[in-house]
Amino acid sequence: MTAPVAPPPASPTSAWSMYRALVGTGAVCGLLIVTAYQITLPRIERNKAEALERAILQVLPGAATSRTFAWVDGQRFEPLAGPARGLPVVHAGFDAAGALVGVAIEGVGMGYQDSIRLLFGYAPATEKVIGLQVLESKETPGLGDKILVDPNFLANFAQLDVAMAPSGDALANPVRAVKHGEKREEWEVDGITGATISSRAGADIVTKSATVWLPRIRADLAAFSAGGDR
Amino acid sequence: MNEAAERDAPSPTDEFVKGLWRENPVFVTVLGMCPTLAVSNTARNALAMGLATTFVLALSGAAISAVRRFVPPQVRIATYIVIIASFVTAVEYAIQALSLDLHKALGAFIALIVVNCQILGRAEAFASKNGVVVSMLDGLGTGAGFTLALACLGTVREILGSGTLFGVELFGAGFQPWVLLVLPSGGFFTLAAWLILFNYFKTRPARRAEPEAAR
Repeated sequence: MTAPVAPPPASPTSAWSMYRALVGTGAVCGLLIVTAYQITLPRIERNKAEALERAILQVLPGAATSRTFAWVDGQRFEPLAGPARGLPVVHAGFDAAGALVGVAIEGVGMGYQDSIRLLFGYAPATEKVIGLQVLESKETPGLGDKILVDPNFLANFAQLDVAMAPSGDALANPVRAVKHGEKREEWEVDGITGATISSRAGADIVTKSATVWLPRIRADLAAFSAGGDR
Repeated sequence: MNEAAERDAPSPTDEFVKGLWRENPVFVTVLGMCPTLAVSNTARNALAMGLATTFVLALSGAAISAVRRFVPPQVRIATYIVIIASFVTAVEYAIQALSLDLHKALGAFIALIVVNCQILGRAEAFASKNGVVVSMLDGLGTGAGFTLALACLGTVREILGSGTLFGVELFGAGFQPWVLLVLPSGGFFTLAAWLILFNYFKTRPARRAEPEAAR
């Protein structure tokens, strides 16, 4: 009987060959990613700008054009020509005659699954929200994501009261979501059955954003007149 | 001996076709279940995810095959993941450039193609041992099988769960959608139904041959 023969030891892999494989692959892959990014960037930016423009005109019914305004130095609005560079912005919508229809305001808040980002239109003349569109949401398909498309839910934001309190620093009546069929007041949102948390999040985001932006808009409303040309 | 081995070696067409039926990644090997269940709630999402995965499978397979002689075994998984992740990133940019709505619908699942086990599985089991062309064909076949399976699930879930197909209304206003099917649990039920159907047809020749063999 012979003793089992041990297999010959595998030739050791040099550190250099491992280093070469990892660094070489990383460099080529990095080049691939940068190339794909550079090729697609103009198209992606155009898609985003078009999507925002569509959303602005949708939440401001009657608007034919829009213009972006930045909140500068914490005291006034100025038309924005280039990129926002971190400045808070709103989008004013104008009708065919150049008159101000309203201001589209972005708001972000926590939904059921993740953050919800939405855009709502505010008409300073009537102190009402006149339209709303969800820009980003990861709510549950078939339930929470109804806030994107449910016509009855979106109809809440066609004439939603967001009048300011006499003090001027808060809403007279914070927007709140109620159970489906229980809406009584103009500042209430008729919620969606099966999407209670998402409906409530939509109402809370509008309240939060309106509390920040409405005093600013009312304080410098003249900035938006005549298409922003003071 | 070599001639016999060559005769038995699968042709490039076999490498492509096997992923569609014999080794279908969803219905046979049951791999890549995360996107299968999550993104098959509509036919459009299912098709887009299937095509994106096919692109990554085919190109990463070819790339891994091309570098297989230069990659030491100790760092092969890390290298494969870097290659796969690069193609996934390129696909993500391409989808954003094609349609933001589609990108929004697929959400995090595009990035998660990186960890789809069938991609690393094909890289390890096939591309790291075979030539560039057959590895690409293997990836294309596996991707086509994955796309087919996702389309099967997406079609059923959208028709019954929303009453539409590719967003087109199929039934009148009186149709009551079976909402459960577009929810995550509906993915499991639909997958189970398709697995039963697929296995019924797959095993039918063997079942038919049994009584004849017994005679």
